[in-house]
Amino acid sequence: MRHNLVLRVIAKLLIPFILLFALYVQFHGDFGPGGGFQAGVIIAAAIIFYALIYGVEAARRAMPDWLVEIMLAGGVLIFAGVGLVGLGLGGNYLDYFVLDSDPVHGQHRGIFWVEVGVAVTVSGTMLKIFYMFASRGRHPE
Amino acid sequence: MAMAVVVLARSRNLFTVVVLMGIYSFLMATVLVALDAVDVAMTEASVGAGISTVLLLGALHLCKSEETKPLRKPWLPLAVSASAVGMLVFGTLDLPEFSDPTAPIHTHVAPRYLNEAMRETGVPNVVTAVLASYRGYDTLGETTVIFTAGVGVIALLRRRRNTKQDKTK
Repeated sequence: MRHNLVLRVIAKLLIPFILLFALYVQFHGDFGPGGGFQAGVIIAAAIIFYALIYGVEAARRAMPDWLVEIMLAGGVLIFAGVGLVGLGLGGNYLDYFVLDSDPVHGQHRGIFWVEVGVAVTVSGTMLKIFYMFASRGRHPE
Repeated sequence: MAMAVVVLARSRNLFTVVVLMGIYSFLMATVLVALDAVDVAMTEASVGAGISTVLLLGALHLCKSEETKPLRKPWLPLAVSASAVGMLVFGTLDLPEFSDPTAPIHTHVAPRYLNEAMRETGVPNVVTAVLASYRGYDTLGETTVIFTAGVGVIALLRRRRNTKQDKTK
């Protein structure tokens, strides 16, 4: 599939919009449907799409393994870190009211970072699993 | 949907099965949209029809695409699943009517979430408010589950690759 011109051009046109849509789903999750989980999956899908058209090695150059592994753990750490920040500011664990002087703004801030954490972990995991499966085909037993 | 399931169960070609599962997921997503559960529908469409189809195709790439004939007739599994279905249907008989306003699920914490979420969190989408704020611990647990799944896959597949490299040395 790597030499199919139509697919390559269409993919190059579509992928920025898929990523943009993922960001929309991520940050508009407060107002419309969506949120961290869906956005993470869409980001992973965009990169898997890239890998399917241009080959796994090209995707690995764009999204190296070490970065994916950091994302895997980093998302959980962001989420847990939000809880710890709340603890440090004198609230309970995962208490967002203390994150800002205005409790409602604090909620917004807390939810925002929590969703970021979810998205990062989800896209990291999906990509890692895909890379693992794809690279197994390279070394036939 | 019923047709997709019947063809799924009868088909022996795994490629057909994977594609049909994607179609089934999309139909399920439309059902969820009809039930006004847009967030769940989005997850179903992206995970069920998108990512899992790609991952299953990747797995299919590594093995044969025809299912082998079973050695024996699967009567015992059929009986087990039929009795499980029977018990589940029996269980649903006691459930309250669909969208019954006096059902326990609608009288416990749901009214508070629906009425107070806007004032307390300032987030118009109640699903997001419940997911990230009221049930923050649950979501933290879910994220940890996903993380654990990723780590499990890394642990299983990477070790195999390393031992192979050791053999070639």
